[in-house]
Amino acid sequence: MQLPLLSVRRPWHFAFGTLLAWPGLAAAQDLTVYTYSSFISEWGPGPIAEELFEAQCDCDLEFVGVDDGVALLSRLRLEGGSSPADVVLGLDLNLVAEAIADRIVVPHGLELPPLDLPIEWTDEYFVPYDWGNFAFVYDTEALEFPPSSLRDLVENSDVEILIQDPRTSTPGLGLLLWLRQVYGEAAPGAWAQLQPRIVAVTSGWSEAYGMFLEGEAPMVLSYTTSPAYHRIAEQVDRYAAGEFSEGHYTQVEVAGISSTSDNPELAGEFLMFLLSPEFQAAIPTTNWMYPVRLPPEGLPDGFTPVPESAALLYPSETVRDNRQAWIDEWLTAMSR
Amino acid sequence: MANSDVALATARSKSGAIGGLLPGGLVIGLLAGLVAVSVVGLLLAASERTGRSIWTDPYLWAVLRFTILQASLSALISVALAIPVARALARRPDFFGRSLLVRILGVPMVLPTIVGVLGMVILLGRNGWLNQGLEGLGFSGQINVYGLSGILIAHVFFNMPFATRLLLSGWTTIPSEHWRLASQFGFNSGQIFRLIEWPMIREVAPGIAGVIFLLCFTSFAIVLTLGGGPPNATLEVAIYQALRFDFDLQRLLALALLQVVICAGVMAMLTFWARPVATDMALHAIHDRPDRVRVLARAVDGFWLALGALIVLAPLAALGSRFVTGPIFKVLSEEAVWAAAVRSLAVGLTAGCISVVLGWGLLSTARWLAVRRGKLWAARALETTASLSLVTPPLMLGAGLFLVLRTFTDPFALGLIIVVVVNAMMGLPFAVRILNPPMAQVARRYDRLVQGLGMNPIDRFRLVDWPLLRRPLALALGLTVALSFGDFGVIALFGTGQTETLPMVLYQRIGTYRIGEAAVVGGLLIGLCITVFAIIDRGVGGRATR
Amino acid sequence: MPRDRTTTAIRVDGVTFRYEEMTMRFDLKIAEGDFVMVLGPSGAGKSTLLSLIAGFDRPLDGTITLMGQEMTGVAPADRPVTTLFQEGNLFPHLTVAQNVGLGIHPGLKLNKNQHAQVSQALDQMGLAGLETRLPRALSGGERQRVALARSLVRNRPILLLDEPFAALDPGRRREMTDLVSDLAPERGLTVMMVSHQLEEVRDRSMRALFIHDGQVVADGAINDLVSSPTSSELRSYLGH
Repeated sequence: MQLPLLSVRRPWHFAFGTLLAWPGLAAAQDLTVYTYSSFISEWGPGPIAEELFEAQCDCDLEFVGVDDGVALLSRLRLEGGSSPADVVLGLDLNLVAEAIADRIVVPHGLELPPLDLPIEWTDEYFVPYDWGNFAFVYDTEALEFPPSSLRDLVENSDVEILIQDPRTSTPGLGLLLWLRQVYGEAAPGAWAQLQPRIVAVTSGWSEAYGMFLEGEAPMVLSYTTSPAYHRIAEQVDRYAAGEFSEGHYTQVEVAGISSTSDNPELAGEFLMFLLSPEFQAAIPTTNWMYPVRLPPEGLPDGFTPVPESAALLYPSETVRDNRQAWIDEWLTAMSR
Repeated sequence: MANSDVALATARSKSGAIGGLLPGGLVIGLLAGLVAVSVVGLLLAASERTGRSIWTDPYLWAVLRFTILQASLSALISVALAIPVARALARRPDFFGRSLLVRILGVPMVLPTIVGVLGMVILLGRNGWLNQGLEGLGFSGQINVYGLSGILIAHVFFNMPFATRLLLSGWTTIPSEHWRLASQFGFNSGQIFRLIEWPMIREVAPGIAGVIFLLCFTSFAIVLTLGGGPPNATLEVAIYQALRFDFDLQRLLALALLQVVICAGVMAMLTFWARPVATDMALHAIHDRPDRVRVLARAVDGFWLALGALIVLAPLAALGSRFVTGPIFKVLSEEAVWAAAVRSLAVGLTAGCISVVLGWGLLSTARWLAVRRGKLWAARALETTASLSLVTPPLMLGAGLFLVLRTFTDPFALGLIIVVVVNAMMGLPFAVRILNPPMAQVARRYDRLVQGLGMNPIDRFRLVDWPLLRRPLALALGLTVALSFGDFGVIALFGTGQTETLPMVLYQRIGTYRIGEAAVVGGLLIGLCITVFAIIDRGVGGRATR
Repeated sequence: MPRDRTTTAIRVDGVTFRYEEMTMRFDLKIAEGDFVMVLGPSGAGKSTLLSLIAGFDRPLDGTITLMGQEMTGVAPADRPVTTLFQEGNLFPHLTVAQNVGLGIHPGLKLNKNQHAQVSQALDQMGLAGLETRLPRALSGGERQRVALARSLVRNRPILLLDEPFAALDPGRRREMTDLVSDLAPERGLTVMMVSHQLEEVRDRSMRALFIHDGQVVADGAINDLVSSPTSSELRSYLGH
């Protein structure tokens, strides 16, 4: 995910048309990509992807932005068989099994190049395009002694935090799973303990991060790589990611071919494009995540080094089987 | 007259009965159909998925508890604050700036909710005026704009002025003899309150509190933006989340059912038990009263009037200050903003026109029933059905239509059409309320003449109704267009990059905390709202013909 | 059906009507060319009787026959009747000429001939030159004369006057009553006129109906009714 805030592009020609717009009227060589909104902001990887891919495919690449990753899945479910999406970009590993079970994607049938991922990738439906570790990012000027672990944050700290909603946002879901990993069955109790210090639960990552930058809370759920944005793009050294002793939960962001696509070949081409050296090289400084294929010259100066410690991660089947129950638990714990 | 003429005339007269019932019947059918389709949509979709028992879901009850809690507190605080403010206004009928103050109190009633929310965020955010001020005064405690406190403050901002104006018209219903008696017996302020004012307040306030409870019970934009997390949701927000976040149709249905049952219950209570709230906001002169000259009374009134003005003006001033320092040029050169504005205009104009046409149809039949058939109760019943939308709140309606459409097409592609339909229904009560009195008056005065002359419906509209009713028509259209233009409700269900309306853009800028940009969008929204209203009011209303 | 050879212009047979708590029942016959006053206390049903004849109200039972034609189910505009109300006879936003023109074509699509007809009717009412005025620029008496001009161009054989002159001062009122009394025989009109002011009627031999509590309780020449009132209601109405 990238940092500067969202902005939606090119809707001018829809100004009057939308009232009567009907899906499916687009030409065959149009590729519609559903993604989360920050991906397609003017500072995000979207514009670069569009420029690079349109140059090689002779097609019109159309992004449709939805708040955040989990909302993306809900949106595709809502649209059911009538979805105009060709490519689904921005789900994460946690949602892979659920998306497959819901027949939202079809197997890509692609031969993937070797990937620099902290895990083995064998999935036939999704192609990973970047990854990162969740972390609580804090303002060093507002918070002198950040918590040293997730337990420390929940049990000993009085720091107020901003988080995202696990029903809409992949970082929000990540935190839910992270807390599960650390607390197991005691997770609802931990949530109840944390609840009074949660200033706001936002529906997307952009919202929470925007509030954090405005000083609404000194700490926000984001990524270990987020401070690199402030260091590299803004030359600001004020923000840091708290290192938690239990380890950080890992996110792998993936893309797949929509089961409703009428042009799966072009969609597959786009998935391969996501792994191209040109696009992968753009990932660190646009989406501010680790690329899945490290450039030969390494990560940019000032970028957070690739972590060595083992990542926390649930198999996506476990998430599929438990997500609803865990979210209900979370809702109940938060409503106490 | 030949026999065939009589037969013809008879046939024409029978078709007159059909013509009289047709417009209202069509409108009722349309409304009922819309509600039925969306309810059936909800029921069918929920039965599709089997799952856990919906009524034992603790989250459901937590949401209901919070919804009732915040609505009750909002109503209570709004009315409690409105009583002294209205009393001060009633006691001081002639100070300089009074009419301006009364006008200012009218602003929140027409201000788009999402713009008011922005004002709250600017005023009450961590770095907002209030907290900075408190810090400057040495207070360490912070007021949190997210959560219950923020929701209550926003609801009071929108509803305290509303309550004040309604209470003030309650004061005008106190017979002038009571004030003369008070003067004659030399009542002091406390005695006046106990013996004259309190009985009136006790009669009027429950109805006002009930209406505010209902408005806050179904509050959406404020709670969505300022709620700050799962427990702080109204049923409306939870319906939105159940659809967009979880796609949990069982929960959605349970929430919708609770919503309808409670709203209908409160509506019924208001209809049967509460004294009807005076709808005319005419502010008659209030008779001189003996307790207004005391210095203390002046000070107390001054305090409450200042507080009332502050509650309304502070968020607006905060908004204005961020607007002038905001990135005006940058935002106004964004294509997306203008595209959204154009879309909002299209939605607003279409929805407003539909509201007014539906209202006209409903009232035509009501008028026909009342004047030509003498069935006053039937006419009243017809007028009341316009308020049906209060029982079937927009998000529920939108969700139902969404689920029905989903089986045929991509509902997001039809998003704006659904927004138009739902907004039109929401605007209907306003159109009816504005059009009803003048339409009834014209009917009482001229219906027999029109009938005697044998005007056909088109000539009647052209020669009689249009010239006599174009001003209220313009007012109704202007108001419904403006309401729909600034509405942030169902669009949240359907909004995507291609269907964003201006309020949606504003919501996103607030959400991502780009407050300066949000303030500019808010300013644009208000500016366009006023412009559109003024153009319709002047353009359609024309010069006064009455 | 050939034109009924009777000279009865208005015939009301067993017409019943309910208004709130009161049940009314009317039976009466008025010959063509007659000028009949309708008297009675307020709320007795005078206006309702006229409304039933004009077709604004529909009887529960009974028949109304006008100029030999049964009127059940016939719309007001299709009856051989013109009604003048106490007020609201003119549309305030239309000019004098337009208000009169509505009597010729309710959509105001008039040809040159018809325009001339309007001017002529206004001329006859002493309103020449006021064609383009709006009603608010006229006096009360002038306004009712405009309405009368319209009833002339409508050219219906029955004229119902529902206290159209009640709001005028006594001098004007007499003037207008005289105008109608002169006009009626000239045009062969059958007139029913609701009135309170018996004194202003020139011709005391004129027929009058006295209505009380939804019934016609006395019927005869004004002189006879006044000199020997037959019912107690009429006596108390006349102040005896």
